[in-house]
Amino acid sequence: MKKKKAATLEEAVSHLRDGATVLIGGFGYGGVPEHLIEGICGRGLRNLTIVNNNAGTGHTGIARLLEEGCVGKIICSFPFAAESVVFKDMYEAGKVDLEVVPQGTLAERMRNAGAGLGGFLTPTGVGTEIAEGKAELTVDGKRYIMEKPLRGDFALVKAFKVDPRGNLVYRKGARNFNPVMAMAADFTIAEVREEVPLGALDPEVIVTPSVYVDCYYVTG
Amino acid sequence: MSQIVKIPQKQLLKRDQIAKRLAADLQGDWVVNIGIGIPTATLPFVPAERDVVFHSENGLIGMGPPPTREEDVDRDLMSAGKGPVTLIPGGAFVHHADSFSLARGGRLDCAVLGAFQVAANGDLANWKVKGASSGNIGGAMDIAVGAKQVFAIMTHVAKNGEAKIVENLTYPPTALGVVTRVYTDMAVLSVTPKGFVLEEVAPGLTAEEVQAASAARLILPDSLRTIAA
Repeated sequence: MKKKKAATLEEAVSHLRDGATVLIGGFGYGGVPEHLIEGICGRGLRNLTIVNNNAGTGHTGIARLLEEGCVGKIICSFPFAAESVVFKDMYEAGKVDLEVVPQGTLAERMRNAGAGLGGFLTPTGVGTEIAEGKAELTVDGKRYIMEKPLRGDFALVKAFKVDPRGNLVYRKGARNFNPVMAMAADFTIAEVREEVPLGALDPEVIVTPSVYVDCYYVTG
Repeated sequence: MSQIVKIPQKQLLKRDQIAKRLAADLQGDWVVNIGIGIPTATLPFVPAERDVVFHSENGLIGMGPPPTREEDVDRDLMSAGKGPVTLIPGGAFVHHADSFSLARGGRLDCAVLGAFQVAANGDLANWKVKGASSGNIGGAMDIAVGAKQVFAIMTHVAKNGEAKIVENLTYPPTALGVVTRVYTDMAVLSVTPKGFVLEEVAPGLTAEEVQAASAARLILPDSLRTIAA
């Protein structure tokens, strides 16, 4: 069985490199891989593209990556939350690029990438600025725009439990973007609270099967 | 071009009064998405026994009211607006792609959304102010196009006096032709193929005053009701 458990936080995030596209799970307080993000802070990485629902809050996590000059671009649905003070200043100063994507389109673009598909037609954004530069098709009388898959070089996800193969289960609303990000990256790193023995997770309730997980770090 | 309209110098409905009026129209057994901001004010006015199933975009199907005890607050159980909530018995958790599949796939009977502007043809603007380089979309575009009905809840007129009830949007659209009803601090309007119909006015206001505060023609019904506030 492939060894996926990282002994240290440093080992878990050691593969990240300049210019990578990094999918980071979480919504609000739930499902944020806080340890992994802190683990990539302070390494002097440059020109990362960060994909998350928001653009960092306060001065920790993604906001700290921004402050450290690690981020070239943010892809998110809700960039200007009241707490996104670091991003707002940097965006207005032209120090970071922004791509705003409707939240459902953002999730589906990643699911699409993970599913090996080349894009999809969505009614979301028809007739809006989001449609600019995209193909529009009418299917059975309904208008759609074409959206492309969004793949990550890395995904940082947070889960509740993991087994030694890397199967993941989540906790309540902390599931959010994590399962679709886990499937959409070339290298997926999971931050998990608890490791359980092989066979202890009910196969009927595993949300992210181990094939999507390359490495996990247990926070305890 | 934005239009400055006349706000009546009278007592208008408070946020909770608008929310209470809207909540009365959320039917039992409906699956309803509640947007962030002013729409959340509707939640306390929907009695649990009506069994409206609330969907929260972050993957909660059957979102319940905030916990009453501090020790029941759970960082993994939050609303889209990041306030603590609960899950009703029989509720479920799904991931983000499934949560929005449900929305686009037509499983929402109603979405309650805030608005910058609503046009006479049901076009909705609520993500970006005019002239801004960007804005917050969140889940609004997906939810607005997917829900069977969209109830907009907002003040009738912007703070700067600009009309929010308009013939055509002057703000960037969120979704086209989606709004079915509008609840404001002055009135309840329905959006019909002929345009806005003024269904109810706030106590103490006249139809003429509501029309003067709107930049779209309001069709008067046979019997104009007063909002039960």
